[in-house]
Amino acid sequence: MTRQEGSTPLLEFRDINTHYGAVHILKDVNLAIYPGELVCLLGGNASGKSTTLKTLLGMVKPTSGEVVLDGEVVNDKPTSYRVERGVTMVPENRRLFKRLSVKENLELGAYLRDDKEGIEADLERIFSMFPRVKERLTQKAGTLSGGEQQMVAMGRALMARPRVLLMDEPSMGLAPALVQTNFELIEQIHQEGIAIFMVEQNANMALSIADRGWVLQTGKVVLDNTAEALLADPDLRRSYLGQAD
Amino acid sequence: MSAVTASTGMPTAVSKGAFDVDWRQIARTGGLLALGLVFIALTGMPVGLDERTVIEPWLSLGLLSLTFLPFVLGYTVGHEKVLEGVAAKAKGARDVVAGAAVGALGGLGLSVLVVLVDNFDLRDPLVNWSPQLVEMLSFDQSVGFGFVAWIAISGALGAAGGALHVLPHQVRRAVVAAILAVLLTAIFESFLTDVIDQLEFLYASRGGLTNVWAVVVFVVAMAVSLSGGGEKLGERRAAYQAASGPAKNRQTALFIAAFSLAMIIIPLVTGKITQELMANVGIFMLLALGLNIVVGLAGILDLGYVAFFAVGGYTTAVLTSPNRGPDWPSWVPTLDGPGGWLIALAVTIVMAIFAGLVIGAPVIRMRGDYLAIVTLGFGEIIRLLFLSDWLGGYFNGAQGITNIPSADFGIFEVKGTDPRSVFYLVMVLAAISIYISWRLEHSRLGRAWMAVREDESVAEAMGINTVNVKLMAFVVGAALASFAGAVFSAKVGSIFPTSFLILVSIVILVIVIVGGMGNIVGVMVGALGLVGVLGGPKQPGLLQEFSEYKLLIYGALLIWMMLNRPEGLVPNVRRSRELHQDEFLQDAWLRGEVDRDESTTEAEASANLADGLGTNGGAS
Ligand SMILES: Nc1ncnc2c1ncn2[C@@H]1O[C@H](COP(=O)(O)OP(=O)(O)OP(=O)(O)O)[C@@H](O)[C@H]1O
Ligand SMILES: [Mg+2]
Repeated sequence: MTRQEGSTPLLEFRDINTHYGAVHILKDVNLAIYPGELVCLLGGNASGKSTTLKTLLGMVKPTSGEVVLDGEVVNDKPTSYRVERGVTMVPENRRLFKRLSVKENLELGAYLRDDKEGIEADLERIFSMFPRVKERLTQKAGTLSGGEQQMVAMGRALMARPRVLLMDEPSMGLAPALVQTNFELIEQIHQEGIAIFMVEQNANMALSIADRGWVLQTGKVVLDNTAEALLADPDLRRSYLGQAD
Repeated sequence: MSAVTASTGMPTAVSKGAFDVDWRQIARTGGLLALGLVFIALTGMPVGLDERTVIEPWLSLGLLSLTFLPFVLGYTVGHEKVLEGVAAKAKGARDVVAGAAVGALGGLGLSVLVVLVDNFDLRDPLVNWSPQLVEMLSFDQSVGFGFVAWIAISGALGAAGGALHVLPHQVRRAVVAAILAVLLTAIFESFLTDVIDQLEFLYASRGGLTNVWAVVVFVVAMAVSLSGGGEKLGERRAAYQAASGPAKNRQTALFIAAFSLAMIIIPLVTGKITQELMANVGIFMLLALGLNIVVGLAGILDLGYVAFFAVGGYTTAVLTSPNRGPDWPSWVPTLDGPGGWLIALAVTIVMAIFAGLVIGAPVIRMRGDYLAIVTLGFGEIIRLLFLSDWLGGYFNGAQGITNIPSADFGIFEVKGTDPRSVFYLVMVLAAISIYISWRLEHSRLGRAWMAVREDESVAEAMGINTVNVKLMAFVVGAALASFAGAVFSAKVGSIFPTSFLILVSIVILVIVIVGGMGNIVGVMVGALGLVGVLGGPKQPGLLQEFSEYKLLIYGALLIWMMLNRPEGLVPNVRRSRELHQDEFLQDAWLRGEVDRDESTTEAEASANLADGLGTNGGAS
């Protein structure tokens, strides 16, 4: 599913600058994520990818520029405001609540919702998507295998009924055999109409399923194009994709 | 199957000779024992507690403080964790030899100490380096006698400890139960005779169990244990934990009913000392229940919790005592009539909530260690404010507030001279606190607290307002502490800044940790065990004799718990599983190692995982 021309972006960065103390991380970054899109953000280590996600979600405040959600500037709105309006994150390394049960993890994903029936229905939906998760409901999340943790992390994010899912390196730490299935899973979620903004180091794989992509280098967007164009881009191939293979 | 399974799959006992023991391990444990004994001797406990007889006439509490250790270490030196798939060593004479060797080595430490104390004077830095210590350690005989005696006694006790390994499991349990029964009957003499006067026949006139009755208690306890008394209790507990649904609810209701009935009846049959003690336990239980929410549920290490106790105590005092500071405007009433205390309590709760917000707001934005240090500071600041000249016109500084009236409910009066009434009041408030804690734990807020405790930034990403949620924990904790403060004021009648030392915070924290963080029943048991048995910061416990060494024991207990049982006395099943994860994983790994078929490779294992992940994704 690709973007409908003329629609307003779901999430947008307008000339965003972010600092940690005096360190300038994001430099005049512009991004736009449209409803139902699957887009990815590529970049080397410490280029500011995770910072981008945190700024989108409001966990890091930009020093200048605007974060726009559904056309509304949300710089001053807390994370909960954005989560309520359908922005959800699967954090780097999954970061489950290790000592809580799988069920409690999933329930926490729906923390801001209070439609009991809806939550029940979504739980069932997640069980049918990942039967494994249902078997392990009472197990402590920290004792799950890496693959299982990935399922719970996605399930937890889906419990918020997101319109856009921010994923921070979803394939990090997964066995090679799992990376492929993981991407298929992401596509499947995308097929249900959820926009996906994915941060990845695995550029080939990410671009092969994405509609568009950006490349971040030391906090600056250096490339912004369709996925096909990026895959074909000789600069990117040489400097970036070459290593990713 | 491969040879791996054949060689390690079935653990077989390896039998060895009596002297084929691990001498290095023995030297290490023996050295530890020697250090421990010398340390205990120099704390002054043996001499200080020598007057208190446990078993007339030969065993005093002082002697016991030294002799229990060789026995325990004699046992532990032969104790090994048997991992699955590893051959266990056969039990036998070698355990006795090891125990004896450890005991003798430790005894040697004391022997050397006797000689040193007799010949050198180190009394200046070490206050307990005294002739009385020599006298006691040499049993009023010559130093040479003491030297030999301690090696022999300690060696024999170590051997006895080691010999426990040789006994069959059930007999061993019975022996340990019998020893504990004798010691507990002896140590809790004053409590038992206070509850049931008729029990006095057990004890000698100078105190201490008589020999005959010691033997009787030993035999009876052993018989009860052998007939399976202890096991049934364990089974009950396991059955309760396994139950669910209405059956479990019924059992819970039954338990609560029985417990409440016991709480109503016990103060009726006990004497004043026990009532006073239970009232103190109740007050600390209230405090610990509150701190349990802050530390146990929300994971905020608050070291200044006493601040809220102080705010509660002072607010009630100011509102009810005619002796409050002179600077209070006249519109602040003195509620010393019937029902006044209840109104004061309501205001107290409001003030505590306010204090929770004021202290919490700046503190809550910090994390981890910083937060702990800052709360420690706030705890002291509040006390210093009450002490200060600046507010002296309101709180009388060091003179404190005196003449605080009892809590008069019209039909029922709660006053310090009637500890039973205090106990009942405390129990009512505790019931309220427990209900609040329990409801909160299972609420949305409770879940948010746990999420914040586990991972604050992810909790934030879930849309949880972490600052608000943590502030709520602070406020609820403060409100519960103020209950305790209000009762405390009415009970003791006068409060001073020194009633709210940092030590109170520490004791409450130890109760929560030792009882089991995040566990309501654990907190109750912790309060009973620590404040009831050892005593609170200023309140005597059952073991009044130990009051001087109370903090030492608190510390030792805390360290031991952290090392061996971090989940607390009454673990919450989930937490204990998580804390012992490493052991579980190791066991599982070993099991996997044993069963692993050569053909199961890493690749296959990850393929299995991929299967799970892609069940619906249509992967290979
Ligand atoms: N809380 C923080 N305080 C100070 N500096 C930070 C903080 N978080 C991140 N940084 C710094 O900001 C830079 C960008 O970090 P970020 O996590 O966004 O990188 P990334 O692109 O996600 O890298 P990776 O691919 O390794 O995850 C790094 O140099 C990092 O050290
Ligand atoms: Mg990152």
